[in-house]
Amino acid sequence: MSLLRRFWTPIALSAALFAIVVAVWASGDGILARTVTDGLIRIVLVVGLYIFIGNSGVLSFGHIAFMLVGAYGTGWLTLSVFKKSFVLQLPDILANYQYPVFPSAIAASLLAAAVAFIVGVPIMRLSGIAASIATLAVLGMFKTFYTNWDSWTMGAATMPGLPLYVDMWVALSWVVFTLFIAFVYQQSRFGLALRASREDEFAARAAGINISHQRLIAFVLSAFFVGLGGVLHGHFLGVIAVKNFWLGITFISLAMLIVGGQRSLTGAVVGVVVISTVVELLLKIEQGFTVGALEISAPPGIQEIGIAIVMLIILIFRPAGIMAGREVPSPFGRRRGAPPVKKI
Amino acid sequence: MTAFFQNAIDAIALGSLFALTALGIGLIFGVMRLINFAHGDFIMIGGYSLIVPSSAMTATLFIGAWPTPFLVATICLIIIVLAVASERLAFRPLRDAQPSVLLITSFALSFFFEHLVIMIYGGRPKALNLWGGLIEPVMVAGVRIPALQIITIGVTVTLLLLLVLFLRYTPMGVAIRAASEDFRMARLLGVRANRVIAVAFAISGFLAAVVSLLLVAQTGVLSFHMGIPLVLFAFVATVVGGMGSLVGAVLGGFVVGVSSVVFQTVLPIDLRPNRDVFVYGMVLLILLFRPSGLVKVKSIEEKV
Repeated sequence: MSLLRRFWTPIALSAALFAIVVAVWASGDGILARTVTDGLIRIVLVVGLYIFIGNSGVLSFGHIAFMLVGAYGTGWLTLSVFKKSFVLQLPDILANYQYPVFPSAIAASLLAAAVAFIVGVPIMRLSGIAASIATLAVLGMFKTFYTNWDSWTMGAATMPGLPLYVDMWVALSWVVFTLFIAFVYQQSRFGLALRASREDEFAARAAGINISHQRLIAFVLSAFFVGLGGVLHGHFLGVIAVKNFWLGITFISLAMLIVGGQRSLTGAVVGVVVISTVVELLLKIEQGFTVGALEISAPPGIQEIGIAIVMLIILIFRPAGIMAGREVPSPFGRRRGAPPVKKI
Repeated sequence: MTAFFQNAIDAIALGSLFALTALGIGLIFGVMRLINFAHGDFIMIGGYSLIVPSSAMTATLFIGAWPTPFLVATICLIIIVLAVASERLAFRPLRDAQPSVLLITSFALSFFFEHLVIMIYGGRPKALNLWGGLIEPVMVAGVRIPALQIITIGVTVTLLLLLVLFLRYTPMGVAIRAASEDFRMARLLGVRANRVIAVAFAISGFLAAVVSLLLVAQTGVLSFHMGIPLVLFAFVATVVGGMGSLVGAVLGGFVVGVSSVVFQTVLPIDLRPNRDVFVYGMVLLILLFRPSGLVKVKSIEEKV
């Protein structure tokens, strides 16, 4: 019981997502199942972003670079030897073996985390907005580099043939893992120290918190999960292309986090669910539907414009996001720990 | 020597475009701590305003066919109105929100504009010949230089001078500078927040319009993402220059523009496609040694 109480937030979130997955699985709707899988992968990605952005209060535009690294990392490991010999010039240890998917997922995510550590050491010394823009420079570097790294990434072409093993259940398992780690981190002394620095940088520093170290820890941990998001994305679609890891996905994943409320884990999850649902609805409207004898359809492009408007409206009315820093309400009364902090 | 001179002109002309863009972004960042991602879309829409709205493959000049003074004035007016309107409708309700929320708002606005343009004009790039004569080179001291580059540099220098005069000697300019220093204090002393921010957006829109005309004249292509590379480099430029400093924004713009041309010329051929890696890498290096940028601004650091 005390465990349930202690881990209420990730348990409640996991249970809610589990219920959705079971409902979709029971309905037997294959297309819906793919949509839900895609949404679950987005949750891994956005919770990954949340670990850094939410806890530190520093925006990052560069995390999609780690997704890119993760996706190609798993590609190098899991493509069949035949395919690799055909299109890529990899070193022997990669070229001559096809590795199993699970260790590959871990290895590729660790690679993303290692990259984050290397670029994070200088960047985490910068102040908030400068750090955000510097991460954008990182994304620019990796995107340009991977686009031209023909022998490893097939350059601007699409890399096909990643084993397709990610379905709803696989994605859900990774989501649960991600939620628990994110929660444990944010309750740990490292997470608390970082959150303290988010609220008041100077007070935190005065209390002996080394802000750039704390940010670096969160940056590396969050890169691991964003990399994992890239891995799952690759094995869900079976193909990866550098051009898909650019501003479009940066924008939509950040938007999910901010709309849901960047200051809580629940906000990250709610943001993905809300935005994905709105996108799906708008897509349906765009394709046209019938109400009785009436056929309604909207001009193409309405989906993108609609999502932008919905986001603007949510942000104007709830600038702190839908959850505004709150977690799932607990049936055990208020948890110890800080109430949602108002802006001074 | 001539090659060097030509490259230098190239570098300064590109730097000018980056500097004007960075200035447009820096001005708004100064007064309201907003990094306006939609600035690139102001530039893009400036270009698209030149042609007849249709999704046809070929572009038909509309405003673009007008006599130059009218053309320039109209495009500037359109973008200024657009910039002020987006401030009024999207950013003003969020004035007290966190910078990250403002930024995502500008992201959403940019997304909105982009897809609106795709809906109206179609997603394909369009060729467009604006002031075709300007690409012709002129001979200056034995070097062939496209007239357009001289115009770009001239326009930039003129605008920078005008802006300096405006910021230094007009009451509104002083109010904008005061607001950039300390917005709350400026308000307490009677600076009108709404008006200052609206004027900053208007100037920023004007700069975007100028950049869009210069850019379209140079590249001759319209596409819905034409503003993005410019804006990305301008973001980086504002950080390299020092966030919140207008001098820094201009300086950063030139640093980034000049270094792209330098890397383009000095890198071995097979590394040239990776030029941007080196430009961004250099930016990271500069930040490593000067975390607050080349021009340090006191007011950006929060007071305890």
